[in-house]
Amino acid sequence: MTDFSRLRVAAIRDGVASGEFKAVEVAEALNTRVAAAKALNAFVVETPEMAVAAAQAVDADRAAGKPLGKMAGVPIGMKDLFCTEGVQTTAASHMLEGFVPTYESTVSANLWKAGAGMLGKLNLDQFAMGSSNETSYFGNVISPWRRNDGGNAALAPGGSSGGSSSAIAARLCPAATGTDTGGSIRQPAAFVGISGIKPTYGRCSRWGVVAFASSLDQAGPMARDVRDCAIMLEAMAGFDPKDSTSLDLPVPAWEAGLNSDLKGKRIGIPREYRLDGIDEDITKMWDNGIAWLKDAGAEIVDISLPHTKYALPAYYIIAPAEASSNLARYDGVRFGLRDLPEGAGLQDMYAATRAAGFGEEVRRRIMIGTYVLSAGFYDAYYTQAQKVRALIARDFDNAWASCDLILAPTAPSAAFGLGEKNADPLSMYLNDVFAVPASLAGLPAMSVPGGLDKQGLPLGLQIIGKALDEQAVLNAGLAIEQRSGFTAEAGEWW
Amino acid sequence: MSVDKDTVNKIARLSRIAISDAEADKMVGELNGILAWVEQLGEVDVTGVEPMTAVISNKLRLRDDVVTDGDVRDKVLANAPAKEGSFFGVPKVIE
Repeated sequence: MTDFSRLRVAAIRDGVASGEFKAVEVAEALNTRVAAAKALNAFVVETPEMAVAAAQAVDADRAAGKPLGKMAGVPIGMKDLFCTEGVQTTAASHMLEGFVPTYESTVSANLWKAGAGMLGKLNLDQFAMGSSNETSYFGNVISPWRRNDGGNAALAPGGSSGGSSSAIAARLCPAATGTDTGGSIRQPAAFVGISGIKPTYGRCSRWGVVAFASSLDQAGPMARDVRDCAIMLEAMAGFDPKDSTSLDLPVPAWEAGLNSDLKGKRIGIPREYRLDGIDEDITKMWDNGIAWLKDAGAEIVDISLPHTKYALPAYYIIAPAEASSNLARYDGVRFGLRDLPEGAGLQDMYAATRAAGFGEEVRRRIMIGTYVLSAGFYDAYYTQAQKVRALIARDFDNAWASCDLILAPTAPSAAFGLGEKNADPLSMYLNDVFAVPASLAGLPAMSVPGGLDKQGLPLGLQIIGKALDEQAVLNAGLAIEQRSGFTAEAGEWW
Repeated sequence: MSVDKDTVNKIARLSRIAISDAEADKMVGELNGILAWVEQLGEVDVTGVEPMTAVISNKLRLRDDVVTDGDVRDKVLANAPAKEGSFFGVPKVIE
């Protein structure tokens, strides 16, 4: 009997289309796995009946000889940042506990139209603010991975798309949606040994996605291999008139365009990403990645991205500034939590509601954002950060004169233990050091598994491409995947 | 630039977030740590650099001036924490 948890997106789609098995069988098998994996806390809400209903519709379409969509019969997890009509959407915050959207986000609607079904809503860092999934109101997500020291320390699945990464690595679902503001698809993918791509800013509609930092937020797929990411990104992307920053461009046939022959491609290795004191396992993996891409026919060139060290501090001004504005909507009036102390007026109700509804990290970022936007500080902080952002984007533009893609590590370390980086917000922010520059420049960037470190934990290689050149990013990811021999899996302890 | 407790309380007020005395004390250190770290942006020579406004060049579209949506009052009110009839309910604002 087929173990459906081992099938990936392409295999499920093809098996359903050929009649080898029914979509309903896949949905039921994965529903069972999701229900049995409560210890990971990857899901905020499980929706087994929706997974089955979507599968039945696909099976009926096939029986009737109708054409099937790109994701027909594939059950997926939906990050709980995407509004889903009739299903609670929380952004992992107490503020939105019990919020049931009366509309569907464009990206999720696109996926359902393509024949995917929903297993449930995935846990995340609260309002997508975090790198370890420890800021969720609904509890930490646990990575299925453990160190090879025989201990059973609970490890972070990365963040903010930590429910997505944990669920895929534990084979609860073949793929899931993620969103990436400053690495929230790539870092969790790296931490659990899967793949994930953040497309060019504007490829996927932000409509119906709970907003964090609108000039950075971008949805993308997470899955167990590059082909699956290509398939799912095709289903998610596309012009949406409801998002003013949506790109009015056709969606390329990324899956059909996959080609791991990199002859003629130049891969830039940014010297500023060679940080002092970085883990030697990271350096070794990066060198392996260089060798694999060379083997695939690419030429390796040294490049410089001189403003790299300023990307993180610029990000931690721009993202909180946008968040403080976006999150002003949570006022206890129109939706979400209301905390109305006895005898309180409107202003006190706002303040009480927001103190009770937002978690500590969210409050911290709103306050930083409010400060950097406040009178007298706006130019010194916010305008300066936006100028530095322009220089960071210019660095990439200059680099494209001598290369077509950039290869770097995804994160400066393997997964850390839950609680290990909580004491100091800054040490947590530094985990995004390699991911943030591509976010600030709006460029497509992908993480693929690059190997294991000496603790037996996955490490990720990051490929950054030119704007709109997801195809080259996916192709280089495929070239690495074909050479890395990465087959490691987390043991099933839960 | 560093912030003191009065400033933290002022930021909290502007953010419409109620904050206790102990939280304000804790926040002074945290905000100063983060602000000291972002200060390094001041080193960057930005002479002649325009602040970024759009990360991927894109034109702002204008849509036709026609009604495309609406008549969804009940949907709009569906998640209101307090509603009165067909209105959002709020505490009394006018004495």
